[in-house]
Amino acid sequence: MDNLPWIFISALLVNNFVLTYFLGLCPFLGVSNSLETSARLGLATTFVMLVTAVCAWVLNTYILIHAPYLRLICFIVVIASTVQFIEMLIKKLSPALFRAMGIFLPLITTNCAILGLAIFATNRGYGFVEGIVYALGAGIGFTLAMVLLAGLREESELSNIPKLIQGTAMNLIIAGILSMAFMGFAGLFSTS
Amino acid sequence: MKKNESYEELAKGIWRDNPVFVQVLGMCPMLAVTNSAINAIAMGMASMFVLVGSSFLVSTFRHVIPKQVRISCFIIIIATFVTIADYTLLALVPKVHKELGAFIPLIVANCLILGRQEAFASRYPTKLAVMDALGMAGGFLLALFSLGAVREILGDGALFGVRLFSENFEPWIVMILPPGGFLTLGVILLFFNWFRYKKDEFLADVAKAERGGR
Repeated sequence: MDNLPWIFISALLVNNFVLTYFLGLCPFLGVSNSLETSARLGLATTFVMLVTAVCAWVLNTYILIHAPYLRLICFIVVIASTVQFIEMLIKKLSPALFRAMGIFLPLITTNCAILGLAIFATNRGYGFVEGIVYALGAGIGFTLAMVLLAGLREESELSNIPKLIQGTAMNLIIAGILSMAFMGFAGLFSTS
Repeated sequence: MKKNESYEELAKGIWRDNPVFVQVLGMCPMLAVTNSAINAIAMGMASMFVLVGSSFLVSTFRHVIPKQVRISCFIIIIATFVTIADYTLLALVPKVHKELGAFIPLIVANCLILGRQEAFASRYPTKLAVMDALGMAGGFLLALFSLGAVREILGDGALFGVRLFSENFEPWIVMILPPGGFLTLGVILLFFNWFRYKKDEFLADVAKAERGGR
């Protein structure tokens, strides 16, 4: 149990899903034009990640032991239906929250960070608690990266940038610099 | 004429509508596995197999799949092909499979593949769909290879593991680490922007000259 903080920090900073594993780049580059939306999307993603981690653990423990080759198909179907289910649930329970999350919930299905999380957790043989902590760290790390990029992009809109570099090219270069900054965390643990 | 049409579908994916450089799709596997040219090619081949296979199936069954559940059907078809690719790579080239790791299963979540099913394969006849898939996958492979080659040459001083420079070359380690992926792709996109900018300028000049001449 004493490796739980390590799993959390590792997923949050050292092996940040976006900046080190390049997962979830589509929303990272696509939706990060305002701080508020990116924070919301990040939280929604964190939530789905938590649910996915639980589902993946249940599937792995009880079903996929008998048929490992069905792993991928099972995961993707479970993620898609979980997202649908959560969407309906939130709509019923809290319309205000549903409006706040808006179109982001369905978009999360195609976010490879979610599937990546399930696969990584399986490959490393994480148990139930470890899986949840891992999902929490990864989700918050995703939110952190989104918010950082969105902040930088909002700043850059006010400044005078050559027409040539505007758009995705600039976002990628900003992301590269952020990623370099995150590499500094690699020395945080000697065991990594 | 028929032949021309399918050639057109093949060619557009490789250059004019290149999935990575022009449409900016499929970024996740794109950046994650391109730290060496050989990994990039393995990834490109796997994606090509999945894209062509699922385009063929989707377009063959396009009248059978109900509209309401089409996305789920596409995903399941894609996931099946990815599983095949995953186990094939594991059997044939275990070393590459180990390096690509979890990114082979992640082909499922590549928005390029699902996007082609939704935008093209589910609407056009099988032959055109396969040509389109080949073109798009070819463009993807080209992009992966160019990124992987640049990163391997700068970051490791080698291509396909063959040393290119003398002992004095100091490798830019950062290029094979994650930031290098972002930076290299950023610079390549910059080049494409510049290319398009110049082309627009040139076309505007030509149009102006034509109007002036008249």
